[in-house]
Amino acid sequence: MKNILFLIFLLVIFFAKSSFALIEIDITRGNLTPLPVAVSPLHVESKSSEVLKEIKVGSEISKIIETNLLRSGLFNPLEKDAFVQKPDIAHLKPRFEDWKLIKAQALITGKVNITNDKLRVEFRLWDVLAAKEMMALAFTTVPNNWRRVAHIISDKVYKRLTGEEGYFDTRIIYVSEAGPKTQRIKKLAIMDQDGANTKYLTLGNELVLTPRFNPTNQMVTYMSFFRNLPRVYLLDIETGVQEVVGDFPGMTFAPRFSPDGKKIIMSFAKGGNSDIFTMDLETREVEKITEHPAIDTSPSYSPNGKYICFNSDRSGLQQIYIMRKDGSDVKRITFGQGIYGTPVWSPRGDLIAFTKMYQNTFYIGVMRTDGSGERLLTENYYQEAPSWSPNGRVLIFYRETKSGSQGEGYSATLWSIDLTGYNERLIETLTDASDPSWSSLLTN
Amino acid sequence: MILSKFYRNTFLVLLLSLVLSACATQKAVKIDSKIQGDVYTGTDSVKYLADGVKDRIFFATNESVLTTASRDTLRKQAAWLRKNSDITVVLEGHCDERGTREYNLALGERRANAAKDYLMTYGVASDRISVISYGKERPVDSGSSPLAWSKNRRSVTVRAN
Repeated sequence: MKNILFLIFLLVIFFAKSSFALIEIDITRGNLTPLPVAVSPLHVESKSSEVLKEIKVGSEISKIIETNLLRSGLFNPLEKDAFVQKPDIAHLKPRFEDWKLIKAQALITGKVNITNDKLRVEFRLWDVLAAKEMMALAFTTVPNNWRRVAHIISDKVYKRLTGEEGYFDTRIIYVSEAGPKTQRIKKLAIMDQDGANTKYLTLGNELVLTPRFNPTNQMVTYMSFFRNLPRVYLLDIETGVQEVVGDFPGMTFAPRFSPDGKKIIMSFAKGGNSDIFTMDLETREVEKITEHPAIDTSPSYSPNGKYICFNSDRSGLQQIYIMRKDGSDVKRITFGQGIYGTPVWSPRGDLIAFTKMYQNTFYIGVMRTDGSGERLLTENYYQEAPSWSPNGRVLIFYRETKSGSQGEGYSATLWSIDLTGYNERLIETLTDASDPSWSSLLTN
Repeated sequence: MILSKFYRNTFLVLLLSLVLSACATQKAVKIDSKIQGDVYTGTDSVKYLADGVKDRIFFATNESVLTTASRDTLRKQAAWLRKNSDITVVLEGHCDERGTREYNLALGERRANAAKDYLMTYGVASDRISVISYGKERPVDSGSSPLAWSKNRRSVTVRAN
């Protein structure tokens, strides 16, 4: 992982002349019309075409960009059949009238070559209506890093056109599931945000649950039933080294990192009571945050680290509470009908996403951090555990289907939905999947 | 005459309502014969630790309160454990699939501990009882029905040696 992360992207900005955003997407509205964009296949320069693979790379990169933009719900990538101009010529100087004709408002062009065993990808973003270049960048990397280049280009385009950070150069960690419901086999799995490059991090010998990234995406904290001792673990993705977090005389669960990555916050259950604790990963110092005979679990920090939202049944049933990071000033924030679980603080800080259970239906929703402005985004037979995209615009969660008396028809799948409640999409995984958690942007 | 007609009609109405309500109760009994007040009372998945000693108890939704039947089962388990003082047990707490994963882990732990506390009051030493929660991870019935869920809301006493 590290060598992927630290591969140097030579970011060359040429034509640094300032261009003004003429086309812009207002993403604060819900159901907007997606912006028509033409993604020309990237031209593969002939001198390097002895490497046959590259020929595919040009169109593959453009396909990934298209898929990313399409799945964001904000863009409408146009059919390539309608493209008149050849990729290499379009990249030099697009004939804007041609692109206007097919109703494209933005155009992405690019070229690829290999020099000194390095893949060099160059791309430009054009404003078709204003007939102007908006952005031009080039990246140099090792050839098999081409998918990431496509994601980074997608992020640059997204940011240029929406004004917000993208979320395409990211990964998802989740639990891969297989086998009968009564004896489910679960493994930690990691994949690119678009479902590519799936890797398994555990073998499935023991039950594993609720993996979550640290802020730099190199560590994962999760829960494992290794040797029938359910405990919170820490896993270094690069080295594969795993260790138990702390020395607790009972079950630890529901872990998450603090925003600075220095602590893990989790629940510790003993004698029928679950309370919230933190452990400093450097000093190993353990701090008790809540002390209440009720169940306190699912803690999640605010992005500034000053507050914690959590789940407690101290009022009788599951509700969401917030408190200061030291456990003081506990306030219940959910008072609606039904019960509430899995609060997660948005990376923007202004919202909390949650699971709501009401009349045998499960909802994923968001509300302000004082509990006001509750909006339910999606309802289903069973769904839970939302996790935010790093730009705070999309939620990923998992769903389970109702099964027959022998467990037939059962499935667990990952889904994403916009903060607006639109653009709900299945995220394809190689196996059944649950407990997704979104990384932060890999390149910053 | 008028009076007797009134009585006859009343009688008919009463009779009819009796017949109807009988039908209704019969139906209700049929559906819920294995669940009482949300708690499973059947024996489908129940195993025996010894003759007459059931291995598991069942809970109502979101509850960890021991029912009369559960307390009876646990008293029998306690008596059996007192008689066989070399045996140690693990209490496995479980939940149904209709709750969030993390909360269910806590709830399973609470259920198993409710059973442990009861065994202890009936004279079983705490060091002979360990507790583990599986939350909703290990259902015994893979169905998605109120009956399946009621079977899965359980604490199972398992011999550890």
